[in-house]
Amino acid sequence: MIEIRNIYKSFSGRIVLNNISATFDAGRTNLTIGRSGSGKTVLMKSMVGLETIDSGQILFDGKDITTMNKKERHLIRERIGMVFQGGALFDSMNVADNVCFPLRMFTNMTPEEMNKRVDFCLERVGLSNVHTLNTSELSGGMRKRVAIARAIVGNPKYLFCDEPNSGLDPQTSILIDNLIKEITEEYNITTIVNTHDMNSVMGIGEHIIFIHEGNLAWQGTRHTITQTSNQELNDFMFNNELTKLLKASVQK
Amino acid sequence: MKIFSEIGSYLILLKNVFQVPENPKLYRKKLVFELQALGINSLPIVAVISIFVGAAIVIQLAANLSNPIYPRWITGFSSREGIMLEFAPTMINLVLAGKIGSHIASELGTMRITEQIDALDVMGVNSASYLILPKIVACIIFSPIIITVSTFLALLGGWFFGTITGVISSYDYLDGLQLDYTNHSLFVGLIKGFVYSFIISSVSAFRGYTVEGGALEVGHASTRAVVESCITLIIANLIITNLLL
Repeated sequence: MIEIRNIYKSFSGRIVLNNISATFDAGRTNLTIGRSGSGKTVLMKSMVGLETIDSGQILFDGKDITTMNKKERHLIRERIGMVFQGGALFDSMNVADNVCFPLRMFTNMTPEEMNKRVDFCLERVGLSNVHTLNTSELSGGMRKRVAIARAIVGNPKYLFCDEPNSGLDPQTSILIDNLIKEITEEYNITTIVNTHDMNSVMGIGEHIIFIHEGNLAWQGTRHTITQTSNQELNDFMFNNELTKLLKASVQK
Repeated sequence: MKIFSEIGSYLILLKNVFQVPENPKLYRKKLVFELQALGINSLPIVAVISIFVGAAIVIQLAANLSNPIYPRWITGFSSREGIMLEFAPTMINLVLAGKIGSHIASELGTMRITEQIDALDVMGVNSASYLILPKIVACIIFSPIIITVSTFLALLGGWFFGTITGVISSYDYLDGLQLDYTNHSLFVGLIKGFVYSFIISSVSAFRGYTVEGGALEVGHASTRAVVESCITLIIANLIITNLLL
């Protein structure tokens, strides 16, 4: 479980996160939604330690990462898997080496054990026979799946996905969403997904927080989101004809 | 004030670079890769420049020192000193600042903007050390090889083109090369090479590692890396020359 308490973050005096508090449970898919520039990526980067918050607490299973020393933080980070928006695969390595990298860096596994684990993770994300491909040879969806395989190879307790289906076609997006949901439930991972894709919200949003201009404007589930009276959230969600029709049919 | 802030950031980065590696085996593997990319791949351009500039130096000196009041060995002697003390360490490293500096800055800059460096950090890898330390070590290891090869080829090119064009006889040239030879010049050249290699690799890495923005900023960082490496290098050259000669 990850809990954030009273997070404040500003850049050059401009407040980006304003008193954000939320709890993200293990075994369910937690979604952070909001417009581009609303602060959700900064929030995620703060949680994984890529940004330093001005004040507040970030608790990983009750332990505050902001007050930890380097060694303690390192132990937490070894249990974090992260899928970046563009995949962030290492260009200088092929697919298998990318997935294997965390194992090579931090474990004493034998090459056979590593190969087995890499095979398992790549198969788990629906990719086989791509081991020797260079990252430049992969499609957008394949890149995301390899990134997920790399994120889960070290048996993470916490999985962060920053807009995992941006730039993907709707079908591939659903595949990626379902994969994240399955992995989360299968391994009881605390998963946090940043998205502004309404398909993801309605498909896998078991716990959703909506960030608007740096403030936590709403939280709930995919079942309650269509009933909200929050004006900003409604403007965010129902901004095209398709979603307006969807809302009308749900309300009927 | 910005310059002090940048020097401070550079020193903080160096502090992070020189940390105990998480997995020395992976660092060694990366070092071998960097020796190939930054060292061996630089040899062809070093060879070509050394041969032709070495030849030009000898022809130029022979033409300017053709007055009978100068001893005949002076061309070979001056060429040797100039090539060992300035051309091989300083000029060749200025060329390498362009080649290696832009390579390092653009590689790290691209990794930064595509979040590959963030990915390493999230995994708990010391990205500064993992990415930069092997580059610095590879440049420093390869520095004496580059300087020795450059010196040898420049002197060889000078001998070949000097004698083939008839501006100097083979005997006079070789006599001048051997006159009063001590290892001091070679020592100074190697010291310069070590310092310059460190400057080129670390300054370029700093520029690339700290890029913010997109492709345009990577281009700017690459240009700044080369310019700042060159300026720092020639200032260091002046200081070392004064200290060691």
